[in-house]
Amino acid sequence: MLGYIARRILATIPVMGIVALFVFSLLYIAPGDPAAVIAGDQATPADVERIRQNLGLDRPFLVRFGEWFWHILQGDMGKSIFTALPVWTMIEQRIGPTVSLMIVTLLLAVTLAVPMGVLAAWKAGSWIDRVIMGFAVFGFSVPVFVVAYLLAYVFALQLEWLPVQGYTPLSQGFWPWLENLILPSIALGCVYIALIARITRATMLEVLSQDYIKTARAKGLAQTTILFIHALKNAAVPIVTVIGIGIALLIGGAVVTESVFVIPGLGRLTIDAILRRDYPVIQGVVLLFSFVYVLVNLVIDLLYTVLDPRIRY
Amino acid sequence: MHRRTVLKGMGAAGLISAVGFPAPAISQGASARTLRFVPQANLANFDPIWGTQYVVRNASALVWDTLYGVDSKLVPQRQMVESEQVSSDGLTWTFKLRPGLKFHDGEPVRAKDCVASLTRWSARDSMGVMLKATQKELTALDDRTFKWVLSKPFPKMMLALGKNNTPVAFIMPERIAKTDPFKQIDEYVGSGPMKFVKNEWVPGAKAVFERFADYKPREEPASWLAGGKRMLVDRIEWVIMPDPATASAALQNGEIDWWENPIADLVPVLKRNKNVSVAIADQLGNVGSFRMNHLYPPFSDVRARRAVLTALSQEDYMRALVGSDDSLWKPLPGFFTPGTPPYTEEGGEILKGKRDFDAAKKLLAESGYTNQPVTCVVAQDQPITKAQGDVTADLLKRMGMNVDFVATDWGTTGQRRAQKSPPGQGGWGMFHSWHAGADCINPAVYHAIRASGDGSWFGWPKSEAVEAQVTAWFDAKTLDEEKAAIRKLNKAALEHVVYAPTGFFLAYQAWRSNVSGITQGPLPFFWGVSKKA
Repeated sequence: MLGYIARRILATIPVMGIVALFVFSLLYIAPGDPAAVIAGDQATPADVERIRQNLGLDRPFLVRFGEWFWHILQGDMGKSIFTALPVWTMIEQRIGPTVSLMIVTLLLAVTLAVPMGVLAAWKAGSWIDRVIMGFAVFGFSVPVFVVAYLLAYVFALQLEWLPVQGYTPLSQGFWPWLENLILPSIALGCVYIALIARITRATMLEVLSQDYIKTARAKGLAQTTILFIHALKNAAVPIVTVIGIGIALLIGGAVVTESVFVIPGLGRLTIDAILRRDYPVIQGVVLLFSFVYVLVNLVIDLLYTVLDPRIRY
Repeated sequence: MHRRTVLKGMGAAGLISAVGFPAPAISQGASARTLRFVPQANLANFDPIWGTQYVVRNASALVWDTLYGVDSKLVPQRQMVESEQVSSDGLTWTFKLRPGLKFHDGEPVRAKDCVASLTRWSARDSMGVMLKATQKELTALDDRTFKWVLSKPFPKMMLALGKNNTPVAFIMPERIAKTDPFKQIDEYVGSGPMKFVKNEWVPGAKAVFERFADYKPREEPASWLAGGKRMLVDRIEWVIMPDPATASAALQNGEIDWWENPIADLVPVLKRNKNVSVAIADQLGNVGSFRMNHLYPPFSDVRARRAVLTALSQEDYMRALVGSDDSLWKPLPGFFTPGTPPYTEEGGEILKGKRDFDAAKKLLAESGYTNQPVTCVVAQDQPITKAQGDVTADLLKRMGMNVDFVATDWGTTGQRRAQKSPPGQGGWGMFHSWHAGADCINPAVYHAIRASGDGSWFGWPKSEAVEAQVTAWFDAKTLDEEKAAIRKLNKAALEHVVYAPTGFFLAYQAWRSNVSGITQGPLPFFWGVSKKA
């Protein structure tokens, strides 16, 4: 097992290299000029050119890529073109809010969606099933920002139960931290809850029709024991896979959610960097996201062996 | 029903404290000493010479002070300067600093700091470049005195040093001001009324300023960048909110105190809230711009440019920008800001009266237009350019032009408009922008009206008649001479169609009713602003 983990981690290195080359090339051919953005509307073309030269943006592609990649190999992501802050510092400033948002969303989604899916499968065809699947369709269909605005309007603006926006670090107290994350997590989690609930229902329906479940029922086992101990464990592999894939969904959704709820996270950092053409920041964040995604997939693969002892690497 | 009411009703306060949650108690005194402000844009960098965006200038005005400052009558007044002397030939300016000026690091402001700061500024500012071209000597005479010796008189010296247009001549410590003007500074020490709290700066999210206890305001009442800059709050937090709907909700909820630029669509909602005040942000407003490429057909021919002016309806553009609120816009048959001394409509007949598409089509045909595509580069992420672009696409089609509509973002527009290649090879035919009214009050700060060819703003118009009047304005010694030059300039610029003005429009600002002292102006002035608990 340890050998497998080591091989998988080593395999991430070429993946990250390809991602790095791809991202760098994409940004190189994309239109836009950070020097023009920095110089502002009143700058002359000569001013813009001087700034471009000082930023090193006038150098050939291979020189710039080689220099950047060499620094990356040494763990140096470079400095932001605009703020002159190290990219890693900017990521450090922003990673806390995004991780918090993802953790709360994941917890919320898994604790709601899995029981919902199990319940829908158990009561398949009933009104309960239809209500849950109706919610799932809603969750899939309504864009994140619409849910976000609705939640903010009702629970923040009208009822004044929760703040409209902002983020408080956990170090300043659990409740201040949580109250800023409740609405964004619900907004972000809607599509995720819908996805997991639907997969859980479909997988559970298949498992519940198998002979060993009938045997368990014949033995007189309690319904909850059958559902959550015997059936759910065997349905867990596809559910865990979807949860893992869904992390990519969360990263995408976080961009919108963080903008609407003014959460200073990595999603907003990415959008701001793209709009300004802050290349080192875009490259740094995309590399980080890629690494996280590769890591999540590894964790999921390892979880398979826990959930299904027949799987061995 | 409020959350805290619910918590009280449930007797949950004790439970909350029992499990270790902090009680939601906020120090009212501390809250009243902190002003939470939503700026127009993200403070992505903090060097007012390197980056000339308005948001950088606005934040910099808190941290760095200026030798002179324009007041609300657009007249430069002494600020850091105690006195100045001009030699009888107008060639030598000697400036003396006020006593007791200090930087945030405790060091006194010295003449050598001013010399280094003005040297850096004059490499980037258009008036500074003019000064530098005639500069013979810029030296410190002692700690509080420095002189600037020129080879040609420069009557607009105090305006140059006190104007609020970017880049502003902010004074920095010599060690910082010696940075290459095309490289960014990384130390933010000024002598202004607020200190920048670098370790709390999260670009894209938050910037924090704290009151500088050793700041010595002037005795005169504050007026824009002039007079006594007395801070009535201890801390100002800039909260970056990219989403206007969220900013609106946060203002209504009391989570922020002042919002610099609420969009027109949300203003009616804010006006209905008794806890929120709404007013025009700046009576100098903005001028919409339809910028044409003078290098390539069809707009290389003045008749094609005049065809656009003949058909262009400023009302269409302004309604697309500000909606049905007629108090927010005015027609602008000229280039200069309405309500200011230089305002003139000289030569503006072409923009007045009923729009004449037949005449426009005739002019277009005379220009030799052969149905080649007109590349319209329209930034969709800026509401002002997007709205103007939609009107333009319709206008040009109705004139019989072949529109190549390039929907893009502002970052790409910034790059593409600098391209001098033909429209079909990466270049462009027209793009939209807008100019702050404060930048359209005289030719010294109005880059968009210049027509010197390669050296002028994007589109590269070239007209000797226009440039002659710009020179006449710089040489003018009285207000009447200045006004005469501007009248002729306006006429010449309209005849040449340096660009097509799409109208004059205003914008709102909004704040909580417990905040007072907010004034109208081209930038948010924080001095004199207070907040009740």
